[in-house]
Amino acid sequence: MKKEKILKQIDRLKSIAIAEGIDLSSEINKLRAMLELESDDFQKEKQMKEVWEIVQNSRKIERPKPQDFIKNFIEDFIELKGDRRFGNDNAVIGGIGYFDKYPVTVVGIQKGHTLNENIEYNFGSPHPEGYRKALRLSFQAEKFTRPILFFVDTPGAYPGIDSEERGMAEAIAENLYYLSDLKTPIISVITGEGGSGGALALGVSDILIMMQNAILSVISPEGCASILFKDSSKAAEASVSLKLTSFDLLNLGIVDKVIDEGPGLEVNPEIGYKNLSEQILTSLQYFTSLSSRELVEHRNQKIRKIGYYKDTTGYLKKGISNTRNFIYDLFKL
Amino acid sequence: MDKLPDSIKKLFVSKDNSDKTLPDNLFVECPGCQEIVYRPKLEQNLGVCPLCSYHFRISVDEWINFITDANSFLPLFEEIVSVDPLNFPGYREKLESLYKKGLNEAIRTGYARLDGIKILMGIMDSEFIMGSMGSVVGERVARLFEQGMNENLPVIIISRSGGARMQEGVVSLFQMAKTSAAAKKFSDSCNLFISILTDPTTGGVSASFSFLGDIIIAEPNALIGFAGQRVIEQTIKQKLPEGFQRAEFLEKKGFVDFVCDRRKLRETLVKILEIHRYRR
Ligand SMILES: [Zn+2]
Repeated sequence: MKKEKILKQIDRLKSIAIAEGIDLSSEINKLRAMLELESDDFQKEKQMKEVWEIVQNSRKIERPKPQDFIKNFIEDFIELKGDRRFGNDNAVIGGIGYFDKYPVTVVGIQKGHTLNENIEYNFGSPHPEGYRKALRLSFQAEKFTRPILFFVDTPGAYPGIDSEERGMAEAIAENLYYLSDLKTPIISVITGEGGSGGALALGVSDILIMMQNAILSVISPEGCASILFKDSSKAAEASVSLKLTSFDLLNLGIVDKVIDEGPGLEVNPEIGYKNLSEQILTSLQYFTSLSSRELVEHRNQKIRKIGYYKDTTGYLKKGISNTRNFIYDLFKL
Repeated sequence: MDKLPDSIKKLFVSKDNSDKTLPDNLFVECPGCQEIVYRPKLEQNLGVCPLCSYHFRISVDEWINFITDANSFLPLFEEIVSVDPLNFPGYREKLESLYKKGLNEAIRTGYARLDGIKILMGIMDSEFIMGSMGSVVGERVARLFEQGMNENLPVIIISRSGGARMQEGVVSLFQMAKTSAAAKKFSDSCNLFISILTDPTTGGVSASFSFLGDIIIAEPNALIGFAGQRVIEQTIKQKLPEGFQRAEFLEKKGFVDFVCDRRKLRETLVKILEIHRYRR
């Protein structure tokens, strides 16, 4: 609407300029700048809608959940329960079976398709014992040099009194610690919602794969909006800023592969399954060909280089001793 | 106190001051016992109330002064500074204003000596975006562990942080993995990592290197945990019990080795270092 008005105005000015023989170019340029701003806003709006749609799709109840991936991919699946410490967490499913001809250990975070399932699986929010079960099965996989497949779909680790009493922070930290050094291949797939530390705990891997319409975020867009804009209804806006889509994360060098879902997993999962299955098979072939030393070295380098910062050693060497001013100057550059 | 003239009132800090850092005023009202404490006395006492042992939050410089040998702190990795990888609204401006204030990121790292024993030390700064961990914190912590591994030096980190830095998105999330992997390599080199948890240590920092110490020490009454209290309350829709997520609670649940009074911390650290055969 506004855009059309500006265009009309420009046309009018142009015709006046010609008819009267006067120079109106500066006025016309001003209007053009306004027009650009309008289309920027328009683009922003469009992008916000797209990203927000991805966020919502990633959470859809019809979308295949990790347990569906396991059913589809793993033959002779035998479920193994419990963390041998406290109990069995239904939000996390783990076990052994075959992927193609490879014996594998597989762990997924379960999310429900119905309310009852969701209550059983705690809406995909694990307690510490869920992460400890995952780690127990990972050590077992290492012992028998079985590759590990992680399928991740979670709003996050469960924030509750019991979770804290049983050491959620310690549980996640231990996973990050030991998985970084585990001497067997780890393939991690974010299938839906990758919620913060609770997802990362199963994300330390040799290859991090993301389904095209999955998300991975340091904080939920709603949580970010309520902190940043003091308004959780601005979640769509926050979701753009957080750069949580698969392609954003591919660009940032966090995710190694994005899997084409075709029409979208929630519409028809077949294409997504097929593409993912091929990628897992290629990855298994490659990573099982590496020695455990090469494998751990590769994984460590991959994790080690994540981060964006400026190393200002060069500036310091030039004899700028006052860090305070010099850092400020850097920003003005 | 209401009857006092304004000029004198200014010397006091009211107890509803939500920021619990040691204030600059000459007299301080202690949130623990509500008594008025003379600031120089408080400083002599390492920022601990002489009457009720309330532990005030103290600055990085105060930590260095209180804990390490005089003039022994030699900064490392200060040349690494933050950028704005996501082009996140307001982040650049925020960084700029903090750097202008003379703050150097949410962790300071360097060499130091404790009773002559050489160590590597990291002290988090909660004044810098709530001590949140972005790329720079992750990188400095990883380098600290690597330095320790190369020189066979113990690493001591004083944590206090709200967690991962939202403004760096998933990049900051992965600093958890990076610091944990570095802690593992350091540990495999058979060197000692002492993690000191102070008020508050939560989120992505507690769920990574902070809980990976060989020895984990907590300050009295420090808030320590994964999820924030407001988030938990909203999720479970009930009030949290008294003392929940406090240092003593974690000690009881078995997640920290012991709670240590700040006035005893230095000698305790020296004893631990000596038992691990680190020499002067
Ligand atoms: Zn007191």
